[in-house]
Amino acid sequence: MKELNEIILPEELSYSQEHEWAKKENGIIRVGITDFAQDQLGDIVFVELPEEGTEFSQGDEFGTLESVKAVSEVYMPVSGTIKAVNTQLEEKPELVNQDPYGQGWLLEVTPKDPGEMEKLMNKNGYFEMLKGDA
Amino acid sequence: MRYLPHTDSEIQDMLQVIGAESLDDLFSPIGQACRRTSALNLPQPMTEWELDRHMAVLAENMGHSQQSMSFLGAGSYDHYIPASLKHLVSRSEFYTAYTPYQPEVSQGTLQAIFEYQTLASRLLGLEISNASMYDGASALAEALLMALRISKKKSTVALSTAIHPHYRQVVATYLQPMGFHIVDIPWGKDGRTDLSHLPQDDLAAVAVQSPNFFGCIEDLSRIAQAAHDQKSLCITAFTEPLAYGLVPSPGSQGADIACGEGQSLGIAQSFGGPGLGMFCSLKKYMRNLPGRLVGQTQDDQGNRGFVLTLATREQHIRREKATSNICSNQGLCATMAAMYLASVGGTGLRELARLNRDKAEYTKNAFTSAGCSLSFPAPTFNEFVIQLPRDAEEAFCQCTEKGIVPGLPLGRYYPQLSDHLLVCTTETKSKQDLDNLVKEVCS
Repeated sequence: MKELNEIILPEELSYSQEHEWAKKENGIIRVGITDFAQDQLGDIVFVELPEEGTEFSQGDEFGTLESVKAVSEVYMPVSGTIKAVNTQLEEKPELVNQDPYGQGWLLEVTPKDPGEMEKLMNKNGYFEMLKGDA
Repeated sequence: MRYLPHTDSEIQDMLQVIGAESLDDLFSPIGQACRRTSALNLPQPMTEWELDRHMAVLAENMGHSQQSMSFLGAGSYDHYIPASLKHLVSRSEFYTAYTPYQPEVSQGTLQAIFEYQTLASRLLGLEISNASMYDGASALAEALLMALRISKKKSTVALSTAIHPHYRQVVATYLQPMGFHIVDIPWGKDGRTDLSHLPQDDLAAVAVQSPNFFGCIEDLSRIAQAAHDQKSLCITAFTEPLAYGLVPSPGSQGADIACGEGQSLGIAQSFGGPGLGMFCSLKKYMRNLPGRLVGQTQDDQGNRGFVLTLATREQHIRREKATSNICSNQGLCATMAAMYLASVGGTGLRELARLNRDKAEYTKNAFTSAGCSLSFPAPTFNEFVIQLPRDAEEAFCQCTEKGIVPGLPLGRYYPQLSDHLLVCTTETKSKQDLDNLVKEVCS
């Protein structure tokens, strides 16, 4: 497992306490799990994601990630309607491990309340939280 | 010899360690009202030969004794168990094996379960099977819970009233405290489930039994269609899997889950248990499957090996989100079923099923010739219902006095059917037995 200072945390992303990242682009928010989360889970073998069009509130469980050693729920960093899910993960769940911020994204949301993004942590806030956990 | 685990001096030693004066002292925190003061009401000890004799006398009073002839089915079936099976299953490797807590060192156990799974899914016509569940009734309850998990937001299941009454009780015990709704679907004049009463909303699953409790073979493809039209799952339960040696398998008719009792497959009736809960489904529902699952794989040297797989569904990993709180299985009974299916083979199973069906058809004809009528016109396997010109309990009592258990008087479970008798004829009954049954019931 990685040391804390080896964890990659891109500057431009927002982070939730449940180890999801969120990134706003053209009014749509893309969601995935952090490098820390994928590293903790280990080899991911199955990703269960919701159907497009489903509505969620911030903090709702929206799917599960199954690794060789555990199953974890994933939670919505913001409220909104599912616009798209990463269907590539059905065949290649390992993308979440290999490229958590790129090809391993989970879903895209049309946000209900754009203000919710402001309440998420920035890179430094999330890193501080990880240090507290560690 | 006293079959007690501790000697008096061991008990004294233990009391001393925990600082209790005596056993009475140890139990003193338990209220007087909760403690037995008199001795247990048990008969005097017997010698081994006295006990042997006592048990023989008890056994002679049973419906399944050598002296009597039983035509009871209704969920437990009198099939011949090949002698080879008794010898094979008595091998200590099978007989004494405990649940594989360290599965990979129990390759033999895992292989036996894997072979059971393979045979079960072929028999029921579905892609995957779990390692088995406790019995048919709990398998049906688990199947309904699985359908509710898959449908996510729905909370209603439709249950045919032609499903075994005990199974429906177990289902109610599982589902009602969880807040799910069970809608009873009545049977029609032909003895099969009447789909016109299907609820039109919020339906997660439609469950029927085939052959059903009245022995009637349900129109599974129509039921599956009706279920799928509402985006709900079709669950087929069964108490007599031998029927699938002859009638099309649930999977081939569109069932999403097939589950039921496997006792017919080489397992003794044993006064009602232990049974074998069979559970098969489609691969796409694999992650929602209850119970454990054995998979085949290769080790790092390319040798074939077996593992407990997809364990992340199970309670030791997923806790409250596990697919079931039962992640054990009926290891020995599943092994027996696998041995039975492998012993009779595909052709043997078909022949055996045909023999059962033919004997039932012969008996149905004999009953109608003797003045009874068939209650339902739907096709049957080895069980059927006849309507008597008198109360079925009366006929039952008269027959049992002559050492014949003629079947199950249906008034016990369906008060409106008090003059109806559920009769089962398996391969073990001769033509003379069948003729004698008809004569006694109709006299």
